[in-house]
Amino acid sequence: MTDRRATRYRSPTYVAARTAVAFLALAAVGTGCTAGSEQTANATTTQPRAAASGTVGTDTLVARSGVGAGKITIPGAEPEDGQWVRPAKDYASTRFSGLDQITTANAAQLKLAWSFSTGVLRGQEAAPLVVGSTMYVVTPYPNFLYALDLTKPGAPAKWKYEPQPLAAAQGVACCDVVNRGAAFADGKVFYNTLDNQTVAVDATTGKEVWRTQLGDINHGETITMAPLVVKSKVLVGNSGGELGIRGWLTALDAKTGKVAWRAYHTGPDSLVLIGARFKPFYKSDQGKDLGVSSWPPDKWKQGGAGAWGWISYDAALNLIYYGTANPGPWNAEQRPGDNKWSSTTFARDPDTGEAVWAYQVTPHDLHDYDGINESILLDLPWKGQTRRVMVRPERDGYVYVQDRTSGEVLAADTFGVVNSTLGIDLQTGRPTVNKEKEPQMGKVVRQICPASPGTKDWQPSAFSPRTGLLYIPHQNLCMDAESIEANYIAGTPYVGMNVKMYAGPGGHRGEFDAWDPIARKKVWSVKENFPVWSGALVTAGDVVFYGTMDGWFRALDARSGQLLWQSKLGSGIIGQPITYRGPDGKQYVAILAGVGGWSGAIVAAGIDARDSSAALGFANAMRDLPNATTKGGTLYVFGLP
Amino acid sequence: MSVVSVTRLWGRAAAVAALTLGLACKREERRFNASYPSPPAYAAVTLDTLQPGVPSPEITVNSPSEGNAYDIAQGKQLFAQWNCSGCHSHGGGGMGPPLMDNEWIYGSSPENIVATIVEGRPNGMPSFRNRIANNQLWQLAAYVRSMSGLQAKAPSPGRNDEMQYKVDEQRTPIRTPRASSSRNVPAKSERP
Repeated sequence: MTDRRATRYRSPTYVAARTAVAFLALAAVGTGCTAGSEQTANATTTQPRAAASGTVGTDTLVARSGVGAGKITIPGAEPEDGQWVRPAKDYASTRFSGLDQITTANAAQLKLAWSFSTGVLRGQEAAPLVVGSTMYVVTPYPNFLYALDLTKPGAPAKWKYEPQPLAAAQGVACCDVVNRGAAFADGKVFYNTLDNQTVAVDATTGKEVWRTQLGDINHGETITMAPLVVKSKVLVGNSGGELGIRGWLTALDAKTGKVAWRAYHTGPDSLVLIGARFKPFYKSDQGKDLGVSSWPPDKWKQGGAGAWGWISYDAALNLIYYGTANPGPWNAEQRPGDNKWSSTTFARDPDTGEAVWAYQVTPHDLHDYDGINESILLDLPWKGQTRRVMVRPERDGYVYVQDRTSGEVLAADTFGVVNSTLGIDLQTGRPTVNKEKEPQMGKVVRQICPASPGTKDWQPSAFSPRTGLLYIPHQNLCMDAESIEANYIAGTPYVGMNVKMYAGPGGHRGEFDAWDPIARKKVWSVKENFPVWSGALVTAGDVVFYGTMDGWFRALDARSGQLLWQSKLGSGIIGQPITYRGPDGKQYVAILAGVGGWSGAIVAAGIDARDSSAALGFANAMRDLPNATTKGGTLYVFGLP
Repeated sequence: MSVVSVTRLWGRAAAVAALTLGLACKREERRFNASYPSPPAYAAVTLDTLQPGVPSPEITVNSPSEGNAYDIAQGKQLFAQWNCSGCHSHGGGGMGPPLMDNEWIYGSSPENIVATIVEGRPNGMPSFRNRIANNQLWQLAAYVRSMSGLQAKAPSPGRNDEMQYKVDEQRTPIRTPRASSSRNVPAKSERP
């Protein structure tokens, strides 16, 4: 009998208790849950420091003990220049800085150096950039760009650029009006506006060089991602998987703003830029025009699969790597088939856009598991040889280690509580779907883990070649879900799912984990009350930074996870910490505070949690956030005295 | 049994029946030829409470959907079918603001709500002009008002045959609109 009856609202304590019981049951039958041993440091090998202070060279390679001993290198690593010129600092997306003035020994002395109000009170998800002696800060809608002069005390603004995006764009931004930052190249700062424009701004004068319109809000499109500049091409993808968009990645000429190529993520091969060079590893990704045939007729035209996350680049292979978002609508009964190329990892030639391989992480997505998370490029010792891999902590709860030359999945291990799938079949590359957790029309399916934001959402992890560990900020949420009929009206939501989220087993909603990609396990784990919705930063001083949604900016020992320092900021933190060397030669750490995003919309957008389906069901899990923090929009910069 | 007592009994029964019928009729009344106010009527409505000097006389538009169970129920279905629920959820908001609270950015009267749907609003509310039929606009407005208890209890929708995510409209306590538009609020006694 299907469960058609509504349940009463359960108190969080009750839900947590129920969840804990469910978790125990789950663990007992061994359905792939990973219980992290909290604060158990076993990365005991002490490493030689880098030969020259603040440089990343081959001597920062890590000798490891235990299973999978060997060296991990970052492909294309450049000498440390003290700057932060692109979203993840390097093309390999490590968010590792070779600066080492701030160490585990002195981090406790960190003090506020200066702060700066962005003047915008929505979710601040961007990473500031530091180029030479200037810092660039991008705000959420209305997408201001500030240039701050680091040579002067208090870093006063040099200029402010206002792109004046359409106010109406706010109405089609699924999950707060965020912007994830800018990229610097060739004397210009590139970033995207909420109303689908890419702008290039002269980094010295603040004058607009060009702007290009790439999408249309009347078809539900927005842009929230930070672009990446590769070989004089600005790479940009769209958002709107909840509004029936058709996803794409577009390359613009950095000089002129002209579109060089566009690869759609649904539709015929000619438009997905799948041609003679396309060699996907797994059989289910091979075939002609799968972007059409894996959908009901014409449904691919509004099938979602944007690209609002992160792009990595391997110069030696001349390939870019990125993932596509969820298919639309969420109600999977309305789109039988694999729904390619949603929730897919692509490797493409940056010059032409041609796909070289693709791997659909989640075929026929059931739970809004986007595939947009960061790909961290590493050269990894693997079973006696060095493999060129990418490591992806995915929304579906698995850390994928994947050969980046072929797309072959070498390992996929859970880093959180997962019951929506029962494992990843490495022969076929496909997840084994747990039928019991499949949402259906007219039936409430309970205790689906992870919930729609996944075990980890957009918030980028960081990798240190010194510790050999990946630092993963993420959440611990489960949900009840019920499919309802989705109705396509262009420019309006196309979801078809009632969702109610709550804390996963243990009752905590967030975690910050150190993950060993060779041993394929957690080394240490810190539990957080709220989802950890901020990015991570790790330095050569072996200090790792992240922020919490109730406003704590924390520094931990990268080897042990021990708390070294923390500071309470004005608003909840969902930004990406960065570090840089100031014109005075000192190392600083910068973070934007200002709660919001999907998880923080309850504060930033004033959501009413008396409706537990509000904000696509996230509000229910965040009922107490308004008591813990208020809106904000301030950049904080810390340094040693 | 005397003639008198029989008459009295019949009289009582008739009174009860009349009362029941009366209430039921009010709740279930269908207006097959109802006249739903068209755009010029609600265009005369002033949204702003700040009117230099002495405010102009208030223009009231009578919505046939107010207090009408059929129209409010229709409005509830339309709220899902027109994807209003995609942004406003079931009243708690998301991409759009909550509708179950007492904050009304663009006014809480039926004509204010209809104007908001037709014209759109600058920070993201789409304009549905030439898209939604006139009677449906008033039905939607009537349902939207029920989300914060601004409809009488009897005609408001009851329990959903869906996952429960909030208190039914019928049991939602009245949330008296703040500031500008406080007209068309049912008497406190009508709500639980």
